[in-house]
Amino acid sequence: MPRITVNVDGTAYTDEVQPRTLLVQYLREQLGKVGTVVGCDTSNCGACTVHLDGHSVKSCSVLAVQADGHEVTTIEGLARDGQLHPMQQAFHDNHALQCGFCTPGMIMQSLDLLADTPEPDEQQVREGLEGNLCRCTGYQNIVRAVQDASRRMQPGAAPPMEQSEQTPAPRTSTEQVRTQATGGHQS
Amino acid sequence: MTATPTTPGAEPELGRARKRKEDARLITGSTRWTDNMTLPGMLHLAVLRSPVAHARITAIDTAEARRMSGVHAALTGRDLADEQGSLPCAWPITEDMKAPQAPSMAVDEVRFAGEAVAVVAARSAAEARDALDTIDIDYEDLPAVLDMESALDGDSPLVHSELGTNRNATWTFDSAEAGTGGDVEQALAEAEVRVERTFRQQRLIPAFMEPRSVLVDPTGEQFTMYSATQVPHILRTMLAMTLGVAEQKIRVIAPDVGGGFGGKLQVTPEEVIAFLLAQRLGRPVKWTETRSETMVSGHHGRDQVQKLALSARRDGTVTGLKVELLADMGAYLRLVTPGVPILGGLMFNSIYKFPAYHFSCTNVFTTKTPTDAYRGAGRPEATFAIERMMDELAAELDMDPLELRRKNWIGHDEFPFTTVAGLTYDSGDYEAATDRALELFDYRQLRAEQQRRRQQGDAVQLGIGVSTFTEMCGLAPSRVLGSLSYGAGGWEHAQIRVLPTGKVEVVTGVSPHGQGHVTAWSQIVAERLGVSFDDVEVLHGDTQSSPRGMDTYGSRSLAVGGIAAVQATDKVIEKAKTIAAHMLECSEDDLEFSGGRFGVRGTDQGTGLADIALAAFAAHDLPEGVEPNLDAEASFDPENFSFPHGTHLCATEVDTETGAVRIRSYVCVDDVGTVVNPLIVEGQVHGGLAQGIAQALYEDAVYDEDGTLTTATFADYLVPSAADLPDFTTDRTETRATSNPLGVKGVGEAGTIASTPAVVNAVVDALRHLGVDDVEMPCSPQRVWRAVTGARGSSAVAAEAGGGLGSMNTGGGFAAGSQGGSR
Ligand code: FES
Ligand code: FES
Repeated sequence: MPRITVNVDGTAYTDEVQPRTLLVQYLREQLGKVGTVVGCDTSNCGACTVHLDGHSVKSCSVLAVQADGHEVTTIEGLARDGQLHPMQQAFHDNHALQCGFCTPGMIMQSLDLLADTPEPDEQQVREGLEGNLCRCTGYQNIVRAVQDASRRMQPGAAPPMEQSEQTPAPRTSTEQVRTQATGGHQS
Repeated sequence: MTATPTTPGAEPELGRARKRKEDARLITGSTRWTDNMTLPGMLHLAVLRSPVAHARITAIDTAEARRMSGVHAALTGRDLADEQGSLPCAWPITEDMKAPQAPSMAVDEVRFAGEAVAVVAARSAAEARDALDTIDIDYEDLPAVLDMESALDGDSPLVHSELGTNRNATWTFDSAEAGTGGDVEQALAEAEVRVERTFRQQRLIPAFMEPRSVLVDPTGEQFTMYSATQVPHILRTMLAMTLGVAEQKIRVIAPDVGGGFGGKLQVTPEEVIAFLLAQRLGRPVKWTETRSETMVSGHHGRDQVQKLALSARRDGTVTGLKVELLADMGAYLRLVTPGVPILGGLMFNSIYKFPAYHFSCTNVFTTKTPTDAYRGAGRPEATFAIERMMDELAAELDMDPLELRRKNWIGHDEFPFTTVAGLTYDSGDYEAATDRALELFDYRQLRAEQQRRRQQGDAVQLGIGVSTFTEMCGLAPSRVLGSLSYGAGGWEHAQIRVLPTGKVEVVTGVSPHGQGHVTAWSQIVAERLGVSFDDVEVLHGDTQSSPRGMDTYGSRSLAVGGIAAVQATDKVIEKAKTIAAHMLECSEDDLEFSGGRFGVRGTDQGTGLADIALAAFAAHDLPEGVEPNLDAEASFDPENFSFPHGTHLCATEVDTETGAVRIRSYVCVDDVGTVVNPLIVEGQVHGGLAQGIAQALYEDAVYDEDGTLTTATFADYLVPSAADLPDFTTDRTETRATSNPLGVKGVGEAGTIASTPAVVNAVVDALRHLGVDDVEMPCSPQRVWRAVTGARGSSAVAAEAGGGLGSMNTGGGFAAGSQGGSR
């Protein structure tokens, strides 16, 4: 069996893998890095997106042997010293996830998008995330989150921190709620 | 993540846009998906599936598979025949309903492509799959049954020959017979205007992102099942009934679950098989499906043919509605399959005051994947049909579609209102929602632009789609579910425990999979108990820690489960008051409760919940008759459903040359009653809109003439991406529900229900002046283009015959039916 050395999230691993082992299988099954998940078998959903040498790849379409001698970053390697990455923080602050299954892949893909296009407009974000499917959110809050992260990640921007709960997340909706009380009964 | 500690009572929790407690692990990749779990000695299960729709199995040879490295078992349906039981259907809608045996693995005959025929349990998933490849099966083809209409013909091949028919059941409701309204036949006979249409609700795939996964851990007599399920409680009971295993020996845990949308509301064949194998082999067994397996063997949704006739007066007043449905059950009945269409049957009249109504549905077996609940379950189908009909009637009468709706809907001063289908709508304000939507949408300006484009004969035409709707949420009431022959109740359970340290545990019977219940329940309980949001922990999805529940589906969690939490909280406060009075040596009447403290009126004396909880835990000196510990539980069964409603407006640009449809703007105003967390509500609406728009424009589960699903991957089944969807404008009105003390209604399905007709109405509206009066879903470029060219062809013929451009085809058959074809 081929022997590979891969640096994953800052730690070097040397392992034997089968030639057919996919990178995502290696990460999940051999390294126990289960933050990266599998949502399809046709490289369409993007749930398995990780960074290979800093660029996003769908780890279900890369063989583990192809990662030999390279650097892989997964969702588990993003937070540093207990501090969330600004992109993670932005997903939380903008309610950009519901079940969260697509989220690791979305976050990794969004970072790659910002690496190429640091200040994307809405359309650029939408197109940049075309290969990542989410069934829960309708994407709107994901788009917001990526744009929010882009602002936080500009050089000179304040370090990421928990926004005050009082600060409403950016949103398009008009938050004018009119109450039509109909004398609801109390039990 | 650093959380700012919150002070109790600083700000009301209800209505506050709290960011979710759930997110921390989901954004860092430390989630507990079922497939992430590994147990010592665990075996992997792989399932071989029938490649053909209908066949007799004449031979299966698993000998070679059994000899493969790492393989512990290779079994066929016949090997398990005595143990596997029939998968449960909990909804016998009529007394004479035909319910076939539904084995978890085919025995002798397969009835849909994708049905399990053999399984292997091996040391690794790869070894299990390799072994599957060596299994030889001989199939003797039987005729596929694919079309619902011809399936009912006397000479049709049968899906289940022992039933002697492909008809599962027929369920009818007639307002004249029920005494809730007039006679439809008479209304139709006397109608000044009649509109008749047939719509097809295509098959959809729930397409949750986390594939299904199950892990069964047998330890002695006890079984722990981890499953990506929406319904751990129902699953536990149903497994016990199906397999004859003592219920108390089964513990079901739904860990983090990656979406459901009804698709995980099930007792799946694979859960049963994994259980049986774990039992046989005495080792943990895990099964995780591939996406293609989800597509072919997880249940599908929708799939109805809907025939409608609407009668009206010339002024636009509708006088009657007749609906005849054919609903595709697929090859077997799953948990609630037969009941899905009748949920729609109660809602075809929507928000309108139709004086006469007749509904019938005939459920049909075909050799396709079973259908069952999918987001909205029956109600999206109903809302689509009636909202399309209202548009067709408006066109026939040359009325504005919103005007027509206003003319027929229930006025805000007419609640409670008993509908022609016999439901009592407790509250609502359709004017308010519509007026607000119009403020946000530029209706008039868009109509003017539409006119301009029509006059200029632009290649890209503008369409405006309207959809006003209501739905039935909060399933319960158990009594009503019983009257509809549903096999279980709909109550929900909660327990509140104030721990000796003053922290609070909430146990809920609902089982979330992305809806944010932990955050919302924390808000509800924190506010009521006067403790801080961060001090509340919510436990769910484990039949051991949360022993009673009816789980999460049908937008019932908050309106039923959330209220159980409220009632249990109130009981805790009552108990705390008794103990506080004893501690403070005063009368309970002298105490007032606020901010988590009981104060003696008119003094600065008092005691807090934490002290009371500690006293209740130590139990050194409790008042007579009071049990130790500060906790309480409650089961809530509401007196009525809840009825969220809203108005959705959509503008589409339709390219008449390429058939491409683009949503230019989408505005919705939903009324979901009291809002606990606006962030979560908005997120649910967004996701729902995406799924409803997907039905209108993209998704379709297509079978070829042999009965093979040709859309079995995400490359063929078009779940929309971020690039396919617009930015939505969402807003709310709030009319409290009267059937629960919080006034909440439910939000999970609203977006899906309302958006499909809004989009299709907009597509048709863009093309109506060209003579198009329907486009079958999904409105793919090809379908739209064919509708345009078809209409142009026929209008040219009509023009030659002396007719004018744009002559309407109302009252006729289903124009788009002949355009047919898939993408
Ligand atoms: S799992 Fe890799 S793209 Fe779907
Ligand atoms: S949050 Fe559930 S799939 Fe994206």
